[in-house]
Amino acid sequence: MMKRDECFRILARHVTDQAVVATYSSAVDWVGVSPRPLNYLSIGAMGLDSSHGLGLALGRPDRRVIVLQGDGSLLMNLGCLVTIGAVAPKNLVHFVAHNETYEANGGHPIPQRGVDFANMARAAGYAATHDFSDLRIFEQQVAHVLEQDGPVFATLHVEPSKPLTYDYPSLYDPAKRKAFKAAFNAKA
Amino acid sequence: MEGSLASVAKGRELDGNGIIAAIKASGIEYILAVPDIVTSAGLLFPIARDKDLKLVRVCKEDECVGIASGLSYCDKRALILIQYTGFLDSLNAIRGVAVEYKQPICMMVGLLGHDPEKTPRASPRYGVRIIEPILEDMGIAHHLLSVDADVAKIKPAIDKAYTESHPVTFLVGRSPKAS
Repeated sequence: MMKRDECFRILARHVTDQAVVATYSSAVDWVGVSPRPLNYLSIGAMGLDSSHGLGLALGRPDRRVIVLQGDGSLLMNLGCLVTIGAVAPKNLVHFVAHNETYEANGGHPIPQRGVDFANMARAAGYAATHDFSDLRIFEQQVAHVLEQDGPVFATLHVEPSKPLTYDYPSLYDPAKRKAFKAAFNAKA
Repeated sequence: MEGSLASVAKGRELDGNGIIAAIKASGIEYILAVPDIVTSAGLLFPIARDKDLKLVRVCKEDECVGIASGLSYCDKRALILIQYTGFLDSLNAIRGVAVEYKQPICMMVGLLGHDPEKTPRASPRYGVRIIEPILEDMGIAHHLLSVDADVAKIKPAIDKAYTESHPVTFLVGRSPKAS
C-alpha cells in the first residue's frame, strides 16, 4: 500500500505545464507538494473534478490535463467514466486515490471498499488503465502514464492519511481561478 | 426575468431550427446534453446531425456543469440542454459552480408536462411550477421560450452571460418543431 502524498511527490517531478484538477484531500496533498497557478481547485460540488477536467481537455486539446480525484468523489459521479470514455480526449489523465474512505469526513468507509475502478474505466472506454499499489512500480511507470494517449485512468491504492487541514477559503480563492485561466491560456 | 404571459400566446409555435440558428449565432460551440423529452425531436436530434455544433452526450446533468465550466476557462462557449428534472437534480453543482463561482453556465431546460398556454408558475406540473422561484432565489437570469418571438432573447442573454460571467437559463415551455 502506498501513501498519497508520496505518490504526488513522485508525480510532481514529472508535471510541467499540465493543468492539474484536484479536490478535497487530493487537493490538500497536491498543493502541499506543488503549489502552482496551473492547479484548478474550484470544483463547486463533490465529484465534478473529472467533469471539469474533461471540459479543459476538450477546450484545449493541445494541453495535457491531469485529474487527481478521491474514490469518494468518483463514486459521486461514476457516470463520468462513460462520458469521458465516449468523448475520448487523448490529453486527459485521470488518477483516483483509492483509500477506501471518505477522508474529509473523518474516515467513514466508502460503500464497497474493494470496488475495481480501473476495470470500470476500461469497460467504459478509456484508452489505457493502470492499477498501482507499489510505489517503486508507480515511480518507474508514471512518466509513461502521463505521456500515453488518453483518456488514461490510474488507480492509486493508498492508505488513509493522517488528519489533514482543509483550508477551503485558500483552495477556492477566486484569485486562484483567475491565475489558473491566465496560466492555462498563456502562449508558450 | 421573463416568465410573463406576454410570452405565452395561444396557438403559436416554436421552431427548432430558429433556436439552433440563435444558438450558433451566440458563439456556442459545444452542446452538452442529457436527453429531454420536450426538446429531443426539435433540438437534440437536429443538433446531433449539425456539423457546426459539437454534441457531447453526457450521462448525468451535473456533469454538464463541470464540463461547461472547464470549457469556459478555455474561452469556449457551451450550452447545456437538459430536462427540468435534471436541472433540479443538479442544483448543488449549479449552486457551487454557476452561482458561487460566477461561471457563465448557460442552460436550456425543457419543461416536461407543462401546458404551453400557461406561465411556468401556473403549470399543471408541480416540478415546473417551482423552477422560476428556485432560479430567482438563486439569482439566476431566466427567459421563457414559448413562441418564435422568444428566440430573439437567446443571443443577447448568452453574450451577457459570457461577457459578465454569470449563469443564464432558458426555459423551453413548448416542444420545438422539428423541420
